[in-house]
Amino acid sequence: MSNHYTRRSFLKTAGTVAAVSTLPVTLVEIAFAKPQDNFTFAYISDSHIQHIRAGKFVNNWDRGLIRAVAETNLMTPKPDFVMFGGDLAQLGTKAELDHGAGMLAKLNAPLKTVMGEHDYYLDLGEYWSKLFGPQYYSFDHKGVHFVVLNSILTHDEWTFNRWPTAEQRMNEMAGLDNPNGSPFMVGEKQRDWLAKDLAKVAKDTPVVVFSHSPIQKIYKGWNFWTDDAEQVQALLKPFDKANVVYGHVHQIQYNQIGNIAFNSVMATAWPWPYPSTYAQAETYLPKLTIPMNRADPFFERDATGWQMINVNTGRVDLAYNLYNNRSRTVAFDHKRGHPADTQFQDVALEPNRAHY
Amino acid sequence: MKTKIIRHSLAAVVGAAIALGSAGARADEFTKQEAERWEAQFMQVVQKGRELWTSPALGKNGVVCAQCHPNAANSHPETYPKFQKQIGKVITLPEMINWCIRNPLEGQPLAVDSPEMTALVAYATYERRGVKLEPGKH
Repeated sequence: MSNHYTRRSFLKTAGTVAAVSTLPVTLVEIAFAKPQDNFTFAYISDSHIQHIRAGKFVNNWDRGLIRAVAETNLMTPKPDFVMFGGDLAQLGTKAELDHGAGMLAKLNAPLKTVMGEHDYYLDLGEYWSKLFGPQYYSFDHKGVHFVVLNSILTHDEWTFNRWPTAEQRMNEMAGLDNPNGSPFMVGEKQRDWLAKDLAKVAKDTPVVVFSHSPIQKIYKGWNFWTDDAEQVQALLKPFDKANVVYGHVHQIQYNQIGNIAFNSVMATAWPWPYPSTYAQAETYLPKLTIPMNRADPFFERDATGWQMINVNTGRVDLAYNLYNNRSRTVAFDHKRGHPADTQFQDVALEPNRAHY
Repeated sequence: MKTKIIRHSLAAVVGAAIALGSAGARADEFTKQEAERWEAQFMQVVQKGRELWTSPALGKNGVVCAQCHPNAANSHPETYPKFQKQIGKVITLPEMINWCIRNPLEGQPLAVDSPEMTALVAYATYERRGVKLEPGKH
């Protein structure tokens, strides 16, 4: 437990943790606004609803999202809205998006969504947009400026000219480790929009950016990567407190680049290995990140999980509740000036217990 | 999801051995052609393994090995045989692969000596090349 929290608000959120202790969602408490403006929102991500045939879907992934939605509805205080962080579908089909949207429709709170590559590359987001609206946008809520980016775009040549069918394009991008894929990017058009959007925002307003990919460069081979990350970071640089929350990686990551704090959220579907476990590649997992131990495949929901995010200093502090692992807290350490794990940051694990 | 796997240049290794001269010589050495043929045979099976690793047809629900194990990461073939705590006995990598086929892939297990299982093991092991053997390591 961190002393960097405002104790009162931590206890408040801790009570919520106890009440909903198996939520694979992210509860976010924004407490830097006026106390009467305090609010929470939940964060669900990477559900990868996968169609088999006719009315059949992969049960394992369905259960992850059904559980998240059901438990989110039980949260007190009620979240002001729910973010979905992208990759609702596995192969972007209407069947998958409809099935996933049907589950999300059971949410009591209003839904906001981020585009993932698995939602996009079949029809370039057309059906997703019919269901969920614009692919990038911003909104202000009780003193916070939120930005949602579509960060999974790529080169036009790859998108429009390389593949004989839309299905093949989707399949090529869906394979995380497929060398025929292409690096993610936000792109010039959206960066221009972002520059204009942020121009209206006071520099001391906390800014929270939601993207699917990390807006930093970790491992290109698995697209834990955004090709124009530096340009997007440059747009966030003038703000005192910029935060990026991203999905896609299905694991805990955190980093600090200049004034920008980065935190990942968990998937409801399945966990991914850390790139460093691939022996044939150089990767750049942020040095700050203390990785999760490896998942136990015998528990379907292991290493999926949820986190409570407290932003009461304008920085995101995440309390992760992990199903078959000890809970973790990654909180912004104001002395060090970056996010840090409150238990594990300075403790070297014994070699035979380390992530392997 | 077809992938070209970059081949090891075994020919270069053989070449380097020859360059060592008489110090590295052995009686009745293999020919370069033999070594290249054996490597090509092996890499064909690795390639087949990669195809199966990314094939929705391996199981019954469309889920593929690579969804949870990109580049076969976290399959740690260098640790088998080992005590698989969830099964409660010492098993080999093919037995663990069959567990995955039966459970997350909802499919039928392969015969342990089938060409498909050999290919899956070859692929996973190849992706882990260079990592030291640690049988029994959890």
